[in-house]
Amino acid sequence: MEDTIAAIATPPGVGGIGIIRVSGPKSRDLLRLLFKSAKGIGDLRSHHLYHGDIISPETGAVIDEVLVCLMKKPHSYTGEDVLEINCHGGPVILQTVLTEIVKAGARLAEPGEFTRRAFLNNRIDLSQAEAVLDIITARSDRGLELAVSHLKGTLAKKIETLRSTIIDVLALLEASIDFSDEDIEVCKPLEIADTLKATLDELQHLLSTYREGKILREGISAVITGKPNVGKSSLLNRLLGEKRAIVTPIPGTTRDFIEETVTIRGVPVKLTDTAGIREPENLIEREGIDFVREKLSGADIMLIVLDGSEKLSGEDHDILNRAGTKRCLIIINKTDLPHRLNETRLQTLLGKTAPQPLWISAKYGDGIDNLKDAIYSLAMDTPEHHHSEHIISNIRHKTALEKTSVLLSRARESILNGVSPEFASFDIREALDSLGEITGKTINEEVLDRIFSTFCIGK
Amino acid sequence: MSKHYDVIVVGGGHAGCEAALAASRMGCSTILFNINLDSVALMSCNPAIGGLAKGQLVKEIDALGGEMGKIADKTAVHFRLLNASKGPAVQSSRFQCDKQLYRLAMKAVVEKEKNLHLRQTLVDRLVVEGKRVIGVEDHTGVFYKGNVVVITTGTFLNGMIHVGTVHYPAGRAGEIASIDLAESLKSLGFEMGRMKTGTPPRLRASTIDFSRLERQDSDPDPEPFSFTTEELREERLPSYFSYTTKETHRIIRENIMHSPLYSGVIKGVSARYCPSLEDKVMRFSDKERHPVVLELEGLNTEEIYAKGLGNCLPLDLQEKIVRSVPGLEEAEIMRSAYAIEYDFVQPTQLKPTLETKLIEGLYMAGQINGTSGYEEAAAQGLWAGINAAMAVQGRSPFVLDRSEAYMGVLVDDLITRGVDEPYRMFTSRAEYRLILREDNATFRLMGRGYDLGLIPKEHYDRMQEKMCQVQEGIRSLSSVRIYPGSEVNTILQEIGTAPIKNPVTLYQLLRRSEISYDDLKRFAGWEPVKDRMVIKQIEIEARYEGYIKRQLDSVMKMKALEGKKIPRGIDYHSVPGLSNELKMKLSKVGPVTIGQAERIPGMTQAAITAILVTMKKMEIETASQQKKEAPSQ
Repeated sequence: MEDTIAAIATPPGVGGIGIIRVSGPKSRDLLRLLFKSAKGIGDLRSHHLYHGDIISPETGAVIDEVLVCLMKKPHSYTGEDVLEINCHGGPVILQTVLTEIVKAGARLAEPGEFTRRAFLNNRIDLSQAEAVLDIITARSDRGLELAVSHLKGTLAKKIETLRSTIIDVLALLEASIDFSDEDIEVCKPLEIADTLKATLDELQHLLSTYREGKILREGISAVITGKPNVGKSSLLNRLLGEKRAIVTPIPGTTRDFIEETVTIRGVPVKLTDTAGIREPENLIEREGIDFVREKLSGADIMLIVLDGSEKLSGEDHDILNRAGTKRCLIIINKTDLPHRLNETRLQTLLGKTAPQPLWISAKYGDGIDNLKDAIYSLAMDTPEHHHSEHIISNIRHKTALEKTSVLLSRARESILNGVSPEFASFDIREALDSLGEITGKTINEEVLDRIFSTFCIGK
Repeated sequence: MSKHYDVIVVGGGHAGCEAALAASRMGCSTILFNINLDSVALMSCNPAIGGLAKGQLVKEIDALGGEMGKIADKTAVHFRLLNASKGPAVQSSRFQCDKQLYRLAMKAVVEKEKNLHLRQTLVDRLVVEGKRVIGVEDHTGVFYKGNVVVITTGTFLNGMIHVGTVHYPAGRAGEIASIDLAESLKSLGFEMGRMKTGTPPRLRASTIDFSRLERQDSDPDPEPFSFTTEELREERLPSYFSYTTKETHRIIRENIMHSPLYSGVIKGVSARYCPSLEDKVMRFSDKERHPVVLELEGLNTEEIYAKGLGNCLPLDLQEKIVRSVPGLEEAEIMRSAYAIEYDFVQPTQLKPTLETKLIEGLYMAGQINGTSGYEEAAAQGLWAGINAAMAVQGRSPFVLDRSEAYMGVLVDDLITRGVDEPYRMFTSRAEYRLILREDNATFRLMGRGYDLGLIPKEHYDRMQEKMCQVQEGIRSLSSVRIYPGSEVNTILQEIGTAPIKNPVTLYQLLRRSEISYDDLKRFAGWEPVKDRMVIKQIEIEARYEGYIKRQLDSVMKMKALEGKKIPRGIDYHSVPGLSNELKMKLSKVGPVTIGQAERIPGMTQAAITAILVTMKKMEIETASQQKKEAPSQ
């Protein structure tokens, strides 16, 4: 029998709520041991939220007020009994609750173990499992959003639809081979070619969403932000290679925003220089700042500029906090001036998971090459802005779809050229195998099922 | 009274004859039992051998030294090459035979085999000692001792015939069923199921108005099934086409309650590809007519097989149905149509040799394994007979994989997937069908037949000689280069193909579908061969080279997975993450390789991963065990 695992499911840090997930046969017992509700929980129903407290079974002391949900197997994420405890956020509370759960008989989950169980219990197919793995490694909420849409199986569903159409075509071809001596309708090459064309178009559309190609073609947007006079405009000019923005030592010079596109390592990057964010002194300034905030939320990546020649200020704190989990680069400007910024403090502020700050001198160009590299890697790692519903983000999927597309074109061509159907069938079978690399399925019985449900066959 | 045989074969149909012949020819003293010696190798249903995908099986049987192709060649009276307009891989021969001649010819071969004894009796019981079969006992209590036993009972095992509301035990119309043997198998613990099949009515030729029917004549110049056949019969019989009418469908719809298929009496599973007329009318109600094919059952009989009119309605309704078909208004039914239910043994209980996992030395072949068709039966019979002999002689098992033969596909499908309806071979079941053709069956398999001792050296040498000619022919065509020029291009134009712009070899030219080997004779500098079989191989090799190469690539991939052997001791119930359904299936099938496991229906990538992970774990555990056991220094 499998043991019971538990882990904090929400990202580290302070948040509104934090979720602890438990999976395994002991989930129900753990709940009965640790959870107390004023109304009592009676016969626990699956997929229902219960309100109550998590208590320490030893002392009876209340640890946190929580909402719990038990998802009985097999209708859960892992296919086992799963318990989710919605605690109040905060690492200390979560840690305490988790400790109680472990004391009561669960063990800490290894990274990716929930997913592995889901995968091994057939709760998810290969593409969904990969999406989940992406979730685990995703560092941004944008990445998360993308991965979540995969998880729901929209890609899997889309591919299933394509697959079904292709199997229909295959069934027609196979029926014309294996039942040519029966009284069945002959398959019409032109109709089959048309169906394949439509499928090919859909495949092309799917492939066009692959982010690497899209980013190289359409680029990304980056916002330069930071408190006034940290050198945002200088940085913009340095990246553009010419002077555009007005550069003065007076805070708030760039009231408006400036937008320029520059190609960095082959990627078009739309750079937006924003007004320094600080508490507005007048209405116009407020409007400008609101606009900047909007800009910020829409950007793919954020370049946060700090002044290395000054101590971290409250404004810096605010900006760093606002950045939240957005994809960003921390840039410490003015390496040409004496160094006053307290790095240890900055590191504490940023947390362990944050990227290393980049030191530059916008004025003299020191560190700009490193910065360009960093922007490039961040860009290539970022999902494009306006994503369509079905997006290909995995190189394995892309390769499989490309192969499918090549094989289907070949099949179509051979059908149009009047080549005997077993050859088109061969290409189509390989195409289905290739699609199967994403969802992992075999086809033989399905084809026969289609034939027998479509045609009246037999002596 | 007791006599000892190496191999006992129970049932003298198409599977039983091949099994008994193979075993005896491989040197085993063999006895073949049949309930009635006049029905040995009887074609119980349609009068044809071969058909789509089945023709391939017949050719493979021949290449391995089986008999079916030879007998079909001797007794065929109507020849068709199906899918003649399509590519070579999906072309199949179908020979309509004189049913009585076929039966007698096969019986004669069986009778003449010196190691083989043919005996009329009804076998009632398997005699088992521990987990090993030691012989059989017949209905009179006589015990026959045998090293191995092959069961090929066809529809006889617990057979039950249905006509209208009447049903009675029978193995075939007019023959007794084998009931006690079914009990014997059940008591040994085999999982049995029930299948249903049927046969259409036989009509009297002189009562049919052929002038109203569409006539189909035999192909003029057929190729025989067997490598050894020199010539085919001269006599030819035509077949005729008609169609059911609205009236036919009305009769059926109004009387459907009289069909045991619809009254719930028949529980056995019937094949979707072979529905009775009731099913066709009820399930495809929008179809206005269904085809009827009339095939003469032989040269010296009036009996006509009415393909398409199979049903199990009462006789008076059968007559009405028959007479509602144009041309059959006056037709007289000589034998009524009927449905038959019979027991089969779920074939996932078999090893790749067709030996049962439960009882050592016990083999099964043919309809008892849930298949349908003479060819499928014969292929399994040959396979089981060969393996029975191999086991007796302590030689290693004979197994062909899915890339080597349709027979390999057949056996692998049966033992891996099991059956839920009578299993018939289709070309679409063979994922490597582009290389599993009728035309190359001899080249593919005769060497194996020779190694088994089932092919005489003389035939094997002749095949090898042809194979060399193919290689030589390709080399010779590749060595002749033609150059663009008015002379060359005029010839090409006359052949009906595009002119060339660059120099090409004749072999490259042969890739064009509009150019035949014979056309190339218009270019000098090479020595053409005359052998039809060799020429065909050269043409196919040239034309389909690209596809054949790709197919061979996927064969390599398959072989890699087949190379991953699953340890015999694996306990699927302890593999984490497998669904209960898959645990049960895997335990039942006991796949030998990861490749086979992948083909189990419902198998998922996740489950395969889980098995691989478990195998890895077992490997590590075994290694550490061995380390512990090793004497410490």
